[in-house]
Amino acid sequence: MRPGAARLEPWVLMSPALALLAAVTALPMLYVVWLSLQQRALFRAAQFTGFDHYFRLAGDGRFWNALGNTLYFALVSVAMELALGLAIALLLARAGRARALIYGAVLVPWAIPTVVSARMWEWMYQPELGVLSFLAGRPVNWLGDAALALHAAIAMDVWKSTPFVALLLLAGLQAIPRELVHAAALDGAGAWTTFRRVTLPLLAPVILVAAVFRSIDALRVFDAIYVLTGGGPANATETLSIYAYRVLFQMLDFGYGSALAVVVLAITGMAALAYARLLRGGIE
Amino acid sequence: MRRPGLWLGLAAVCAWSLAPFLWQLLTSVKPAAELEALPPFLPGAITLVHYEAIFAGHPFARLLLNSFIVSALATLLALGFGSLAGFALAKLRPPGRAATLAAVVALSMLPPVATVSPLFLLASAAGLRDTLVGLVLVYAGFALPLAVWLMAQFFRGVPDALYIAARVDGCSAAGAFVKVMLPLAVPGLTATGLLVFVFCWNEFLYALTLTSSMAARTVPVGIALFPGLHEVPWGEIAAGSVIATLPPVALAIVFQRRVLAGLTAGALKG
Repeated sequence: MRPGAARLEPWVLMSPALALLAAVTALPMLYVVWLSLQQRALFRAAQFTGFDHYFRLAGDGRFWNALGNTLYFALVSVAMELALGLAIALLLARAGRARALIYGAVLVPWAIPTVVSARMWEWMYQPELGVLSFLAGRPVNWLGDAALALHAAIAMDVWKSTPFVALLLLAGLQAIPRELVHAAALDGAGAWTTFRRVTLPLLAPVILVAAVFRSIDALRVFDAIYVLTGGGPANATETLSIYAYRVLFQMLDFGYGSALAVVVLAITGMAALAYARLLRGGIE
Repeated sequence: MRRPGLWLGLAAVCAWSLAPFLWQLLTSVKPAAELEALPPFLPGAITLVHYEAIFAGHPFARLLLNSFIVSALATLLALGFGSLAGFALAKLRPPGRAATLAAVVALSMLPPVATVSPLFLLASAAGLRDTLVGLVLVYAGFALPLAVWLMAQFFRGVPDALYIAARVDGCSAAGAFVKVMLPLAVPGLTATGLLVFVFCWNEFLYALTLTSSMAARTVPVGIALFPGLHEVPWGEIAAGSVIATLPPVALAIVFQRRVLAGLTAGALKG
C-alpha cells in the first residue's frame, strides 16, 4: 500500500463517526449561535439583529430568576449527592458477599428514565393522597408551594443521581492500595484519622471528577422539572433549560430562545473546561 | 465498622433506592377506589385494570415499539461508527488523535437544550421531523462521543502484537479490525451498547421537541404527556411507569458488571 493511503486510513475509518458528529452536534452548535443573533419567530422570515438578545438578557428578570434557580439546584443537589454518595460508597466497600445484590438495588434509580422517576415522585408528592404527606402527618403541597417546590425537585434528583456518584467513588476507593490503609492502622491511627488523612486525600481526584460530571448534568436540568412542576409555581422552579424550552416551543421565539440556549451552553462549557483541567492534572 | 451497623446501613441504602419504584408498583396494581385514600398501603386485591387500560385506551404498545426501534437502531449505529473510530484512534495512532479525542469528549458534555432549536429547524428542512429516522440519527450522534471514548479505551488495552500480526499476515487495517479486533472487543461492545441503549431509552428533550404524533413518539414522552380528562389517572401512569422502567432496569441488573465497568471507565480513565 502506498504511504499516502496508509496515512489516510485512520481518517477513512473515523469518517462515519466524524460526519455524524458534525451533522447532529458540532454544526447545530454553531447554528444556535447564529440563530441567537437573529430576530426569528418560527415560520417567519429572519432578520439579523446582532447582540440585541444578549443585551435583552441583562434586563430580563425572568432570566436572572432562572439562572439563580439553576445554580441553586446544581449547587445543593451536587453537594448532597457527593456527601450521600461518599457515605454509600464507604458502606458498599465493606459489603462483602452481598455486594452483587446491593449493586443491583443501587443501579435501579440510575436506570429508571428521569421522566418516569419524576412521575413516581410526583405521585409521592401528592398533597392529599401522596405517601410523603402521610408521613408528614398532614397534607403538604410539596410541588405547589414556591418555597418547597425547588427542594422537592432537588430531592428527586438526589435520589436519582446519588447511585452514579456512589459507584464512581466506590471504584475510586477500590483503587486505593490496601497497604496504605493498613500502614496507617499499624501506626496507631484510628478509623476517622485514617479516613481523613489517607482515604480522603487519595480519593479527592475522583470526588472532583464526580462533582464536575454531576454539575454538568445538573446545570442543564430539564426532564425532572418539566414533569414535576413545569417550572411553576410562579416560575419558582424555572431553570434555564426550562425557560429556553418555553421561549422556543411555547412562545415560538427562536432568536431569543437560542440566546438562552447559548447561555446554558456557555455555563456547562465552563464546567467542562474545569473537567479538562482535572484530566490534564493527571488522574489515572 | 461493627457488623450490625453495617447491615443496617446497607439495608437502608437498598430501601431508599427501591422504595419509590416499589411504591409505584403497588400503585399500579391497586383497584382505582383504593387510590383515593391513604392508608391502606397494601392493595386489598391485586388488579391489572390499569395495565389493560394503557394498552386499550392509549396506544402504549406503539410508544414501546417506537422506543425499541429508535434505541436499538441508534445503539447499533453508535457501536458501528464508534468502534471504527475508537479502533483508528487507539491502534492506527493518526497525528492529531489527542485533539480529536478531546473534541469528541467536549461534544459529550453538550447540553441537549443548546442544540434543540437548530435540530428542530434542520430536521424540518430535511423532512425528518416526527420520524423514527430523525430520532435515530440524533440519538446516535449524541451517544457517539461516549461510544468512541469507551471503545478507544478498550482497544488501547488490546496488545498491539495482535494487530501487527494480522497486518503482517496480509490483512488491511479494515480487515484486521473486522477479523481480529472486533471479536476481541465483544466485552467492550456490550458495556458500551448497554450504556447507549439505556441513554436512548431514557432520552426526553429531543423526543419531546422532534416528534409531534404517534408516528415517532417514544415512551418517556408518552409518560410525560399522559392524557387525563378530568383527573390525573395515577393508576395508569403507575402501570406505564413500571413497564417503561423494566427494560433499562432489567439490562442494568443482568449485565451489572459490564454496566459498572462502562460507567466508571467513561468517567475515570483520563
